[in-house]
Amino acid sequence: MNVTKIYDPDGANVLALDDCCMEIQAGEFCVMVGPSGCGKTTLLNAIAGFHDITSGEIHLDGELLCSGTRMADPGADRIVVFQQGALFPWYTVLENATYGPLVQGKMAKAEARKAAEELLGDMGLKGILHNYPSEISSGMRRRVEIARAMMNDPKVLLMDEPYRAMDALTKTVMHKHLLDVYDATHKTIFFITHDLEEAIFLGSRVYVMTTRPGRIKKVIDVDIPRPRDFRVLSSERYLSLKGEAIEAVHEEAKRAFEAGERELA
Amino acid sequence: MASNGPNILKGVNLTKLRKAVFGKTTYRGIIAIIVTLIFWEACARLKVPVIGMIPAPSSVARSLTGLLFEASYWESWVVSFKRVFLGFIVAQIIGIPLGLTMGMRRTFRDLSFPIIEILRPIPPLAWVPTAVIFWPTPEMSMIFVTFLGAFFTMVLNILGGVRNIDIRYIRAAESLGSSKKDIFWRIILPATLPSLFVGSTVGMGITWEVVVAAEMIASRSGLGFLTWKSYVAGNYPVIVVGMISIGIAGYLSSSLIRFLGSRLTPWLKII
Repeated sequence: MNVTKIYDPDGANVLALDDCCMEIQAGEFCVMVGPSGCGKTTLLNAIAGFHDITSGEIHLDGELLCSGTRMADPGADRIVVFQQGALFPWYTVLENATYGPLVQGKMAKAEARKAAEELLGDMGLKGILHNYPSEISSGMRRRVEIARAMMNDPKVLLMDEPYRAMDALTKTVMHKHLLDVYDATHKTIFFITHDLEEAIFLGSRVYVMTTRPGRIKKVIDVDIPRPRDFRVLSSERYLSLKGEAIEAVHEEAKRAFEAGERELA
Repeated sequence: MASNGPNILKGVNLTKLRKAVFGKTTYRGIIAIIVTLIFWEACARLKVPVIGMIPAPSSVARSLTGLLFEASYWESWVVSFKRVFLGFIVAQIIGIPLGLTMGMRRTFRDLSFPIIEILRPIPPLAWVPTAVIFWPTPEMSMIFVTFLGAFFTMVLNILGGVRNIDIRYIRAAESLGSSKKDIFWRIILPATLPSLFVGSTVGMGITWEVVVAAEMIASRSGLGFLTWKSYVAGNYPVIVVGMISIGIAGYLSSSLIRFLGSRLTPWLKII
């Protein structure tokens, strides 16, 4: 993809993404990091079909998804896991998980139920099938959301800072869970985060974005072998990659901060 | 056992229900009512100015016991309930689709909202003379005025409910492959249910206020008329019986709505 996005609120053109080019391989765990407001979510929304782009093109499996003249339709081949979570509060865990296959008419009710029970069971969520999202912890909610996405066998999983509001301990458990899911399925994942440790620990490749307008500043190939566990966090390779990422991001964060100061002055 | 009870009670947590019925809150409520009654009786017997003019609970109780065996008293209940529920149901039938459409269709909202906002501040009772003129029967005019009491509250609550739906749910539903129909039935409607029940509970309260006042002005039946008739006849204890009956009727109606609401929105855990 190569994407430019200009927001035009009240006639003030804000260049959010400027010729942002990248190619994500099938089965890649791609992590985007960058300062706040650099256009990470804009890019994700364009892929998901929630926003249009000003110019450029995004392709998925060789097919044109969207361009400057055509907005992508949202679809079950690109499922989004949102920052604050978006399980439907009025459906139980099981009903949430079967939602996709049922509305798409891909499975009959009994079949979807069975598949969901199996998948949720594999993810250690067997005991909460009939609970409402408000009755379970935030960590469990996020796992259910990933299960709900997986039920649709998407081509790519779009994750917008899904673990942002979590405490460090829960986050560790969530990371392990996501890595297990990834190792088992090898789904393509497009993961946005601010957290560099998370980025290196999870990703196959980390894309550092520049401050607004967003461009790809640096690509870091994370060559730490999988399956990974918490021991990776103290390995030398991990620490040196993290150092590399910190350097790239720090420069951009400083620029973003200074730009913010100028805007406020 | 919950499973042996009527179907509508299925899933109601009996332990919680027992606690709610026999818990501290209930005892405190009963004590408060008894203390109020004693205070009221004392004021009446001691002829305390203003408050002592209200018939004492003992004479009210005597009147009530007599009325309980009179068919006309129960007819007043039935007539008022009928008016309230008919008006309320028509308000639901028109108000729910209207509120949903206003919430979902911008053009329709822009066209209809100003009209609603101009009509809304007119108190339903101000409609009584017009209603009596243009409806063929007095009964229909009563029901119409009752309808107005619930209608605007319903529409505005539902409109607010639809407009406050978090965009994430719509996007998640789109992302999961929902059609427009799915988004309406599976997302917008359940997401609006809590506001719908808030509107219904408030609306039900207003319909009772309206029906009683309307019965006093333009009817010869119902609990409002019973109260008014007793005032004209100087039968003061029955006025209080009428008032208490209206209070209980309103409470029963609101409880019914709250019960339905908690059954239909189990994810909110009201009970």
